[in-house]
Amino acid sequence: MAAEISPKAKAWLAVAAVPIIIYTLLPIGWILSLSLKGGTSINDRNYFPRKWSWDSYKYIFTGGAHDLFVPALINSIGICLIATIVGVALSAFAAYGIARLEFPGKRLILNTALLTAFFPAISLVTPLFNVWRSVGLYNTWLGLIIPYLSLTLPISIWTLSAFFRQIPWEMEQAAQVDGATSWQAFRKVVLPLAAPGVFTVAIISFFTAWNDFVYATSLSSTPGKAWHFDGAQTVPATLGYFTGKSNFIPATGFVAAAAVVVTIPVVILVLFFQKRIVAGLTAGAVKG
Amino acid sequence: MTATVEQATGEQGPAHAKPARRRLSDRARQERALGWKLAAPALIVMLAVVAYPIINAVYLSLFDKRITDPHSGSFIWFRNYKVILTDSLWWHAVEVSTLIMVITVIIEFVLGMALAMVMNKIIIPRRTLRTIVLIPYSIITVVSAYGWQYAFAPTSGYISKWLSAISGGAFDSNYDWFGHHWSALIAIMCSEVWKTTPFMSLLLLAGLAQVPGELQEAAEVDGATFWERLRRVTLPSMKAAIMVAVLFRALDAFRIFDNIFIMTKGSQSTTSVGVLAYDQTLTRSEVGLGSAISVLLFVCVVIITFIFVKVFRTDLSRVSGD
Repeated sequence: MAAEISPKAKAWLAVAAVPIIIYTLLPIGWILSLSLKGGTSINDRNYFPRKWSWDSYKYIFTGGAHDLFVPALINSIGICLIATIVGVALSAFAAYGIARLEFPGKRLILNTALLTAFFPAISLVTPLFNVWRSVGLYNTWLGLIIPYLSLTLPISIWTLSAFFRQIPWEMEQAAQVDGATSWQAFRKVVLPLAAPGVFTVAIISFFTAWNDFVYATSLSSTPGKAWHFDGAQTVPATLGYFTGKSNFIPATGFVAAAAVVVTIPVVILVLFFQKRIVAGLTAGAVKG
Repeated sequence: MTATVEQATGEQGPAHAKPARRRLSDRARQERALGWKLAAPALIVMLAVVAYPIINAVYLSLFDKRITDPHSGSFIWFRNYKVILTDSLWWHAVEVSTLIMVITVIIEFVLGMALAMVMNKIIIPRRTLRTIVLIPYSIITVVSAYGWQYAFAPTSGYISKWLSAISGGAFDSNYDWFGHHWSALIAIMCSEVWKTTPFMSLLLLAGLAQVPGELQEAAEVDGATFWERLRRVTLPSMKAAIMVAVLFRALDAFRIFDNIFIMTKGSQSTTSVGVLAYDQTLTRSEVGLGSAISVLLFVCVVIITFIFVKVFRTDLSRVSGD
């Protein structure tokens, strides 16, 4: 493909990349800029900060918003990690079965996954809110982890099934010929081969859970105290509760600083695992 | 376990199983048992988190239930649905959701296609571009909503200021974007489009990669212009990938909640169906009405999917991974 392109077309394509990069980075640069504008200059309406200041970051980590932001960050990280690990484990087993074994009911599982993904999360909020309140899951970690599985399982099952189909299964058969049971073949041979796909799905699942606002805002009420686990509100839902230091300094800078903090981990993951994420996002939707 | 397997085999076994497997019936049986053991936990969780709540929602929607009122909770048949479907608030919310869905998906498709074509051919900043494009996808929707809200806000934002500068003062630099219906919708859609176009473009890029190169070359040799090639060769040969990408985005856009909740809280008549459902249950404690709206929202999603599958002939088997 690359050889067919003339140097002129190549140059034009490079030019075309410029607006795309601006389009992508402009809103991100803006949030970063807001988080670095000090005090009252937050309302100066300039894209770039004139005076740099770390005040907003200090405020959310050690200052007035500390009790709100730090526990919310712990909740976000903890809940999303647990939901990711559990979701990936469950979907890895299911996807292995779907990709590898012949059993009736395969379609039922794939269709259930499809239906679950099409299901609007907001539709589940009312019944879950009602049930969670009566069984004591409202505003608890478990109360968010369970619905997050509904967000991550379907995409994980498809993506992993697609990945698992590409694995050289002769190796598994070879192991079985050598006397390994199906289970041993799965654990000792398949799992190491499948690890890259599993890892990709874990990143995508984590993004999905990390992004959630619908469940967090309706099934939790407070972030609780740091390390006390007496609340489950995650960062996206907590941002709305930030208040300014005074009437003259609005919460804008603090929200922006918190937004930057929760964006950093996902940007790092994207920078390191770009190729895998793209493969994962498209594997489930388009058959290769 | 054996009983289930026997039963399952009876249902569709012989037709389904490959001929080679029939001889190894012990092995096939073991395989089936293992298949179910592996898949069951995921299936059970999905059913528990989705099927149970929706059945619960259908049930609750038939009651006059308000959390704050202990005496409420009488069975009222379909009166909640009647209340909703005869209220202009509901129809307006459907209108807002539909409008946002149609406009954002069209813009996302056009932008996403352009992006995908550049990414498909580009050589110089190839890796950088593919990485950068992933960033909006990975950003939390709420963060995108705050970013755009602050950018449009007349107190802190740069957008009105820039527009005013570009238009030589014709555009009011203190324009209140969130004070009017259409301008508020534009701000909301900006946030939605910005965040989700990259995802769309990646799906389209994968589809683009499947377009046979020989067809493209043949058309080029025959003197077809860029647009002719796009319209007659590229788009038709990746139609299936396009439909899947568009369906995914359409369903996501229809249930829009985060952006609106952060940016306007539904003021200036920007309440979507999702925001309406939330308000009934969480703000007004009307669990009965909220459940009925949830059920209706699900019905809308089913209708949209049905339209895609029947009218646009979207092949869902491509999605379900089989």
